This record gives sequence, C-alpha cells and structure tokens, in this order.
Amino acid sequence: MSTGTTKLDVVVSDVVTVNDLVTRFHFRRRDGGLLPTFSGGAHVVVEMRDGERTRLNPYSLMGSPLDTREYTISVRRDDVGRGGSLFMHNQVRPGLEMVVSYPVNLFSLDLRAKKHLMLAGGIGITPFMAQTAQLAGEGGNFELHYTCRTASLGTYADVLSERYGRRVRLYHDDREERIDLDRLLSSQPLGTHLYVCGPAGMINWVRDRAAALGWPPETVHFEHFAAPQPGLPFEVTLAVSGKTIRVGEQQSLLEAIEAAGVDPPYLCRGGVCGQCETNVISCDGKFIHNDHWLSAEEHRSGRKIMPCVSRFEGRSLVLER
Amino acid sequence: MAAKTIISRPIYGTLSPQPGKHHLFLADAEGALAITDMAARAPAGFFDGAEIVFIPGPEGKYVAALEALKPAQLHIAPSFASLLPRLKQTLTNAHMGLRLYLAGTEGLIGQAMQVALEAGIDHTSMQTEHRGSLARRMQCVHCKGITENVTTQPATCSHCGLLLLVRDHYSRRLAAFQGVCINAEDRSEIPPIEEAFP
Repeated sequence: MSTGTTKLDVVVSDVVTVNDLVTRFHFRRRDGGLLPTFSGGAHVVVEMRDGERTRLNPYSLMGSPLDTREYTISVRRDDVGRGGSLFMHNQVRPGLEMVVSYPVNLFSLDLRAKKHLMLAGGIGITPFMAQTAQLAGEGGNFELHYTCRTASLGTYADVLSERYGRRVRLYHDDREERIDLDRLLSSQPLGTHLYVCGPAGMINWVRDRAAALGWPPETVHFEHFAAPQPGLPFEVTLAVSGKTIRVGEQQSLLEAIEAAGVDPPYLCRGGVCGQCETNVISCDGKFIHNDHWLSAEEHRSGRKIMPCVSRFEGRSLVLER
Repeated sequence: MAAKTIISRPIYGTLSPQPGKHHLFLADAEGALAITDMAARAPAGFFDGAEIVFIPGPEGKYVAALEALKPAQLHIAPSFASLLPRLKQTLTNAHMGLRLYLAGTEGLIGQAMQVALEAGIDHTSMQTEHRGSLARRMQCVHCKGITENVTTQPATCSHCGLLLLVRDHYSRRLAAFQGVCINAEDRSEIPPIEEAFP
C-alpha cells in the first residue's frame, strides 16, 4: 500500500528516443483531465505489468510544473539491472494504458534560498529539468553544473543550454572536464542552497566537501534512488502476518512481502523516504543495507531494515510485518 | 537557561566550533564567556579566521578576554543599533562557509538572528548560547511598539502605556516576545508586578 498516494490511470501519449541510452515517456490522463500539480523534484512510481510480474519503479517528473496536461519521465536503459528500464524501453509504446502514483516530492527546492546551486551527474539531470523550469517561471536565481560522459550522452544538455544560457555549465568526462568543486562551493553567496542528484559516488563527494567547507546540512539537498540490487535468495518470517516467504534473486524484499499478500506502507521504493522502515525481531546473519534513510548507527544495530532496497544473508530473519 | 513552554519559545544551545571558512561571533556582556569557554574546545588556529563583534554593556568587562583569543578582527560596539550597518554589510558580502555564533542576552541573539535570517541563514544553522540577563524584548500586540529589556511580569508598554502580560509566545521575524494587555476588562485592576526576567 502506497502511503498517502492514490493511483492515476494514464495512457502513454508519446515515446521519444533521446539518445543511445535514454528514452522519454509522456503520460496523459485517460479521462483527458489535468494531472495533479507537482513541484520540481517530485517523482512518480510507475507500475510496470510485465506478464506475471509487476515492477514499481520511481522516476523523477521532468516536465515543467507549470504544465499538468502531461507528466514526462526519462528512463536510462540499464542492461544489467532488474529489468524495469528494459521493460520501459522495449514494451512501452504510445497508447499503452498504465498506472502511476500521485507525485511525491522528496527533493524539493527550498524557496527561502537566495540562490540555488544544482549539481547533476548523468541521468540525475531529470529532477533539475522540472526545478529549473519552475525557478525560471518565477524569476528564480539558479546555476546548474551538469557532468555527463560524452556530449552525445549529455541528456538534455542542448535543451538546457538553449533555455538558460550561461546559467548552465557542462562538464564532459571524455574531455577530462572536471568541476572545480571546492572553488565552486567557496564562491557562493550566503543563503545559497545546494542540490545534487547523480551517482552515489558523486553525491557522497559533494556532501563531504560541502560539509568540510562549512555548508550547514540544512542547505544541502540530495536525491539518489537506489535501485534494488539483486542478490542471493533468502528466507524471511513475517511475524505479524504469520508467513514465511522466500525472496528471489531478482526480487526486492518489499516485492516479496507484497507477493505474499502482505501490504506494507511504501512511497519511493528507492531507500529515500522512510515509509517502509521495518523492525527486525530477530536475525542470524548479516544485513546488506542499501538505503539512505537509516543512520549508520541504525544500520549497525540490526534492528531495522528498509525492505525496498536492502537485503539479508544468513540463517534466519524475523520481521515485524 | 530558558525552559521550553510553547513551541515558539526559543531554546539555546552551547556554542561549538563548526567546520567553515569564516566564523562570525556576536556577543554582549556575559556572552563573551560563552566564546572563551568554546575557545578551550576549538582546534588550533580556529580564531585566525574569526571576527568577533562585542557589546560590552554598562559593566564594560571581558574585552581583554576576547582580545586574548587573537581573532582576525575584534570590533567593540556600544549597542546593537550601532553594529547593525556593519553586520548587514558583512552578511551581504559573505559567502557560503561563513558560520554564525550568537551569545549573550535573548535580545541580542534574537535581533542578530533576525538580520541573519534575512541574509539567508537558516535559524537551525546558527550556533546560539544564552548567557547573562533574562531580560526580554517585547512587542505590544496592540500598538506594535517594541520595548527593550523587559524584566517584570506584567510590564508596561513603553509606547502606548498598556499593562502587558509578557508571553512565552515568540516571533523570530520580529525578534520579540508578545505582550498582551493583562487588564483589558478593567484597567483599574493592577495585578502585582514582579521581577520575572532578571
């Protein structure tokens, strides 16, 4: 059960190839009405019915929040992932009826900021597409630094440069272009907020440097949806519902709990929002924590797990679920 | 130390050295002791990048103790109003990496915080420590005038003269506690006036 969200019946109105890896999907309401409003940084969870299997993956909305006739997402193809992106790329065509969640924003702009400094890496550009559109519409002060592998894989780099000119700065890995991060962070006016979305390594690097250079934690915002990682199958006992289930290699713990007919709360399915936090009653083995929600101390304690992205290896695990 | 009564009533901490490139301290009177106490816990060279703005108050103490910390700059001011232009200028030209430390009376902390909030620093990002007098800065909710250094309960509004109950209800925007008429039904009724915020 998705907490606080209702589902939206949509139809795929367009599918656009953006580059070798990224495809954009447009959704409209099946009844032709307007979609719910959202703010820059929001995501929706897309339900993918793939035969017997249903995948639920979060994607950032990348359209302008000023236009709610359609929602757009961009999906990067991951050939070694669990198949969600491949399903989107290979199966989803215009006219397909799909279901998406109401938008949820766990990466919103702090509009009290004097300036917004945005750092994107790769497909992490998508929430900034919506945020820059929102800020530009309100005359907001922002600067976007976007790192991509090559110019041809710089998804939307051309669109952004054309729209915002010098407010967008591009860095290409293949040309050895690197952000001078310390200098960038040290030269920002007081009252700037920092937003970073991209690979985990980039987020950690930026957060560490910002903290060391005196950026208060309240001014540093980040989003990284951890895709559930495949791993060894394991067994779990759900104490409240009295069931013992098996989590498959390609399945997340949350998906296995849902497949057993138990309906735990969830929101982002990416280890960010905290909704599916589950108490551990007992365990004999080790946890593979992949979330950004629990503290390092909670990870060590062995008392909590985020079933959307984290796994377990060992003899037995009993959850309060 | 002020007790938490209602949600808007500010609570203060203990100054602690933060990572940062510049450190700006504002203190009045005994607030200087919060800085010298913190200095004992600060890494070597911490005050090389520090500016201290200090209002000694009528007793004029603690200036030497602050000088001994050898901050990059020490500015002595006779009043908050006199340091305000300098503070605003400093914050306008500042970059991220500047950390703010406020110590002393609630009036000083509140007014400095008000300026810093406008400059874009979140109130949770500032270090604060209450030292010295409990005197309050009070806004009369009726005439909107602000009375400084209120020590009694109730207290007379220095603008309209109403007798006001000094509430714990605090406004960060105004940097003041709210004062509400205590005898609106019968102005001749004068409750005992006690020294509540020495």
